[in-house]
Amino acid sequence: MDLVRYTLRRVLLSAFVVVGVTFLVFVVAQVVPSDPAALYAGPRPTAEQIAKARVTLDLDAPLPQRFVRFATAMGTGDFGVSYKSRRLISQDLAVYLPATLELAIFSTLLALLLGIPTGVIAAARRGSWLDRLGSLGSILSVAMPTFFFAMLLQLIFSQWLGLLPLSGRLSQQISIADPLPFVTGFNLIDALMAARPAVFLDALSHLILPALTLAAYPAGIAMRLTRSAMIEILARRHIVAARALGLSAPRILFGHALPNAVGPALTVIGLSFAYALTGAVLVEIIFAWPGLGRYVSEAILSKDFPVIAAATLVVTLCYVVMNLVIDLTQTLVDPRVALT
Amino acid sequence: MTLLDIQGLSVTIPSPAGPVQAVRRIDLNIAKGEIHGLIGESGCGKTMTGMALLGLAPAGAQVAARVFQFDGIDLAKSADALRGRRIALISQDPAAALNPVLTIGRQMDDVLRTHTLQPKADRTAAAVALLAATGLPDAAKLLKRYPHQLSGGMQQRVVIAQALATGADFLIADEPTTALDVTVGAQVLALLRQLVADRGLTVLMITHDMDVVAAVCDRATVLYAGLSVETGPASAILTRPRHPYTAALLAALPDAAPHGQRLAAIDGQVPASTKPISGCAFSPRCPAAMTLCHTVPPPARVRGDHRWACHVAEDAP
Repeated sequence: MDLVRYTLRRVLLSAFVVVGVTFLVFVVAQVVPSDPAALYAGPRPTAEQIAKARVTLDLDAPLPQRFVRFATAMGTGDFGVSYKSRRLISQDLAVYLPATLELAIFSTLLALLLGIPTGVIAAARRGSWLDRLGSLGSILSVAMPTFFFAMLLQLIFSQWLGLLPLSGRLSQQISIADPLPFVTGFNLIDALMAARPAVFLDALSHLILPALTLAAYPAGIAMRLTRSAMIEILARRHIVAARALGLSAPRILFGHALPNAVGPALTVIGLSFAYALTGAVLVEIIFAWPGLGRYVSEAILSKDFPVIAAATLVVTLCYVVMNLVIDLTQTLVDPRVALT
Repeated sequence: MTLLDIQGLSVTIPSPAGPVQAVRRIDLNIAKGEIHGLIGESGCGKTMTGMALLGLAPAGAQVAARVFQFDGIDLAKSADALRGRRIALISQDPAAALNPVLTIGRQMDDVLRTHTLQPKADRTAAAVALLAATGLPDAAKLLKRYPHQLSGGMQQRVVIAQALATGADFLIADEPTTALDVTVGAQVLALLRQLVADRGLTVLMITHDMDVVAAVCDRATVLYAGLSVETGPASAILTRPRHPYTAALLAALPDAAPHGQRLAAIDGQVPASTKPISGCAFSPRCPAAMTLCHTVPPPARVRGDHRWACHVAEDAP
């Protein structure tokens, strides 16, 4: 019962956030000192062309009316056309968003798998060389600049060892000579659906280095958070009680202590997922990854407002959904969360 | 038949202020089927003795004993193997002893899974049977609940059911009623006594409460400053204490003071556990202390199965 009410409350709250962001995006578009009509009309427009664009873009209608039109368009997934390229934004997003999501989800999984178990082991072996090595690794992964870490990985795994591709989403032999049919836009899923394991492995190998680069920071923080929370939990009486009952060390660590300690790390990793959606520009550029971050930063530079608005909303939606997933996961891990 | 035989147990814990003598020299002899009270005030080494028996003394602690045997097995070597198999713990505060984020069913199952090879369905049935055996109503429904949804008395019954689930025949009950209401505590004590009778268990009852000793214990050992100062049948300890410290403890009970008068108290403090003791540990606070008491360790006195260590109390009263 608590859980149902909690879930409903979180979903309602999330809906509010989405509506609020829609409103903000609209307001910002009005406030920014630039003339959309002039942008839309192309380079060096005549006054006549600008006036025509103004009619096409419906800029003379009263503000409330335009907001309603804007909100319904966004709500139905009609994001309009880019001022710059005149391409349908929804078509662009269908390519860039899956690429970014694929990278963000994979790096989030990596951060979970790297950060949390190392934190648990470091806490269990507190003060040992394993603990010190883990602490060093986490500090390095948090402190090292992203571009440097990315290039270091490229140098080692691509240049020296030749194990992984340097950049891109697929090898050119595949993407040009024998492209995958576009179904979901997620290469891993499309390759599986087309039953082409070689392509799947190729896509996976392209994913590893950029995902590792993105995962370094959240994994480092998650490791620190998990370690300190575990040290606190391991001193609790119920852990002594579990030991006195003869439970095995791994079961006590992962089955009894970790569920009490994992909350902060989950939150940080969830937030970094949201950050990776548009904040991974640097990683996308270094690894030539055709993602949302690059798409949006180019749009920002050219004041291509419909693109910015659409991307902002899509990212908000992903973020809100991710947050909801994390909150619900935490209530499953720790039932007391639903009570507060 | 003797189940637990401990002679000269000491536990030394390193600390920044020098080694702490948490347990100095404790003798403990417990027969099978007995409920043995371990009596003493805070810091006298009761809990540390229990932890040493479980092999759960803090990291770095030195545990030493002349004799340290459980059912003929050397505890110094085998405490880890016996813990949770033949020796189980019922801890002080049941709310803290249960994992707050796991269901009762999961916590029962984790114990059963560790100790048996039964399939899941049988383990669930066993968990329900054990919970019911501790007097919990609707045991099957309880499996899906979390500890915070239970009352303190119910939580303590779950903790007892967990201890039974290990199959242990020796339970260390560390102040099992301190965190509970008086009436609930009495029910838990009654449950323990019934389980001892039904299942042939042996219990070490760690307590500072003489009423608990009177209610359930067959025999008792009194600790002071990490030393066992008196041991014997619970009735003899309660009615005819030989050691002045035991006598002072009994006199300090609220019931012992006449109505309307100040409660009796023992003056002074327990000696610091970082310093060595000269003579009798209780001598600085003892009303009957002689010069001899401050310098020479007290001799062991034996009358039947009643033993104590004192210069003054030879055979009185």
